Amino acid sequence: MSSEAEFRSALVEMLRRAATTLPKDVVEALKRCKRREREQVAILQFECMLKNLELAKKLGAPICQDTGVPIFFMELGTGLKLDFDPIAALRRAVKEATLSIPLRANVVDPLSRVNTGTNVGEGLPAAHIELVRGKRLRIALLLKGAGAENWSRLYMLRPSDGEAIERAVLLTLGEAGGQPCPPTIVGVGVGGSAEVACLLAKKALLRPLDKPNKDRRLAGLEARLTRAANELGIGPMGLGGKTTVLGVHVEKAACHTASLPVAINLQCWAARRASAKLVGDRMRVEVP
Amino acid sequence: MRKQLRPPLSEKQVRQLKVGDIVSVTGKVVTARDKAYARAIELLCSGKKLPLDLRGGIVYHCGPLARKTRKGWRVLSAGPTTSARLDSMQAEFVERTGVRTIIGKGGIGEDVADELARLGCVYLAFTGGVGVLAARAIKGIQKVLWQDLGAAEALWVLRVQDFEPLVVAVDAQGNNLYARKIRLAKATGGASS
Repeated sequence: MSSEAEFRSALVEMLRRAATTLPKDVVEALKRCKRREREQVAILQFECMLKNLELAKKLGAPICQDTGVPIFFMELGTGLKLDFDPIAALRRAVKEATLSIPLRANVVDPLSRVNTGTNVGEGLPAAHIELVRGKRLRIALLLKGAGAENWSRLYMLRPSDGEAIERAVLLTLGEAGGQPCPPTIVGVGVGGSAEVACLLAKKALLRPLDKPNKDRRLAGLEARLTRAANELGIGPMGLGGKTTVLGVHVEKAACHTASLPVAINLQCWAARRASAKLVGDRMRVEVP
Repeated sequence: MRKQLRPPLSEKQVRQLKVGDIVSVTGKVVTARDKAYARAIELLCSGKKLPLDLRGGIVYHCGPLARKTRKGWRVLSAGPTTSARLDSMQAEFVERTGVRTIIGKGGIGEDVADELARLGCVYLAFTGGVGVLAARAIKGIQKVLWQDLGAAEALWVLRVQDFEPLVVAVDAQGNNLYARKIRLAKATGGASS
């Protein structure tokens, strides 16, 4: 990696691409779901979403005014030599992007509610770093709006209750109704400990919609949950219809024999994600 | 041709709208969310006046994303925010300000919907996340009040033209498109338990 400046400019570009365009799998899913709807109001919601995506791309403007808070997942090779602090660089990049794209300044102190004006604050943006072997450097980004994030849930369920996972997901979606901007992508983290389940639920949102879990049991659960969720009738924006979710992604980890943690993280239909990786000594940015 | 709403609106005009109608708004629209609601209610409760008259007006639950230029503000993205966050203040806000139409997303609670029906105020849904489409309907910014609350929480007095499509999601007869769907959702969720 040549320099901090290059790393930073890749991050700014990543934030810009994420805020103004959606990944192909999400756009395709929206188009497919629109064709399934029969009610005029539901079809209209999809038409607005798709038209807005075209406009945002053409004008280079943020798809949604809630540009969220950036959540970074970083795979950092232990063999990689960086002569700068990646977290400090990331914070600077978010400040720069807030001015240049621009992003809406969303970050406040949790108690005084005073806005920092920069989208950077104490402990935020979140950067989840995973150490990997070799010289790899990969960054995945989610721009997470509050409408959907506010419906995050953690359930510590009884291990003996076989259908508890399904019930937790459907209950969350039923209560959330139109508020998280459906059709949502549902991230579900099963197992681990309380904080591991939450992180898995969020990481599940990084997976493209056309990629079911490689584990067949989990892929089956994802398909069942997607069907059941779409039978809820909540529909796009909660106005009724056949599409309440674009997909359900489940990730798991081992857990204590007496526990069954289940975390749920919702992603609004404007599923803004981007990634970047080190190729040679250059960062390459993409919205897959 | 979609039904056009041009504020200020009378109670009679508002009561003619029915759940499921698709309408368009042209004229003055004022944004407000959590902090602005709290301040407005506080001012009106203590007998003071608001810096603008909202009687018959349209309030939009929105915190726009705008860029400040030498010529003033330019709105880039301005979709709706989650209306339910304001549920605890909604009826009092409408009663004290005389607002006749709320635009937002995600719906309002059933008890709030009943209160709004009593007061003669409708709730229009605009598609969440479609910020650029909304910004395109904004033809001018008359003023930005209460900027000390932060740009997203300030009162943006906007002039919109053909702001659409807006779905009448709660009408002044108390019909609530969301309640129907959520009841259905809860029933189905319960059935699988």
